[in-house]
Amino acid sequence: MDTITEIPKEEFILKCTSACAGCSDSLALRYVLKAAGPDSVLVVPACCTSVIQGIYPNTAFNIPVYNIAFGAAAACASGMSNAFRATGKKTNVIVYAGDGGTLDIGIQAMSGAFERGTDFLYICYDNEAYGNTGMQRSGGTPLGAKTTTTPTGKTDAKKDIDAIIAAHSPPYMATACAAYPQDLFKKVQKALTFRGPSFIHILAPCPPGWRFSTEKSVEIGKLAVKSGMWILYEREYGVLTINPQSKVAMKKPIPLEEYLAPQGRFKGIDARTLEMLRQHLAKNIKKLLAEEAAE
Amino acid sequence: MSQDRQRLAISKPIQGAAGKTGTWRVFKPVVDKEKCNQCGLCEMYCPDNAIDADLKVDIMFCKGCGICANECPKKAIEMVREEK
Repeated sequence: MDTITEIPKEEFILKCTSACAGCSDSLALRYVLKAAGPDSVLVVPACCTSVIQGIYPNTAFNIPVYNIAFGAAAACASGMSNAFRATGKKTNVIVYAGDGGTLDIGIQAMSGAFERGTDFLYICYDNEAYGNTGMQRSGGTPLGAKTTTTPTGKTDAKKDIDAIIAAHSPPYMATACAAYPQDLFKKVQKALTFRGPSFIHILAPCPPGWRFSTEKSVEIGKLAVKSGMWILYEREYGVLTINPQSKVAMKKPIPLEEYLAPQGRFKGIDARTLEMLRQHLAKNIKKLLAEEAAE
Repeated sequence: MSQDRQRLAISKPIQGAAGKTGTWRVFKPVVDKEKCNQCGLCEMYCPDNAIDADLKVDIMFCKGCGICANECPKKAIEMVREEK
């Protein structure tokens, strides 16, 4: 059993960012930086993290951060990583991008960096829409979710970015959830030990965007895992390991409605979409279980 | 530092970079020391690190999201409406 004491007390985010109350992006980032330690550089494209840093000329992040254009994060990190390695430095280069900067706009730079085998960690924190511009639909928005640009619910399924990344065969990739900080901490620490590109996909429930009250951030994250909507796993040199939490959820999932009901974005979802969502979920679970069993 | 470098926009880390975020708060966490068993889950789940290792809430910066009260297994934290 993990204990909280394993996690260092040192904080790299000073009080306080301008993130919304109950923001799970800042919760996840707290643990990412704790795991990475002081010898790290963060590359942040346009996303919530680029706007919560504080008011210029001050910043709440007590670590070097490079803010860059939306599509350029992985390209910038590639150059940075190469420069550090050429001068013999072991500095961790971490891209911390949102789902827009990973699934949609940043995908070609990211794909390039993974193909070149850049020594860096790419973290995508996924709040399933363009959060800081007012919740527009992104490639990460799940089927049936209402956003400001899909007022009747999205008609397309969520893009499977993990499968796209897996096709690049990186040494390490994982999924995590902001509601499980210890698991996230361990995965970031592990990812940084690999030479070459690694990828972590974090689910970050967003209270104003998903339309639930601020105190439920962690609760919703846990419900996502327990219902099987979000599966925690890691893939090391192509070998898949599903986390025990998700194993339990696959055997005995809680009803999907329990995850959807507290969120305003799924309010009034019709029976057909719900059924499609359920089928997607079952298919995903089946695929992962088959992959794990094949090894 | 060269002249060119100084033209870049560089921010310096400082506490309170986004102002005193405690003023955003509508509900304030009040800890019942009798019920608290020092498990530290509130500190772990606080997104803004407003709860320190001794489990004291930093009222100057706590945004009042209520995650601590919601996740407390002993229900030792109560969210009380702020008086203006």
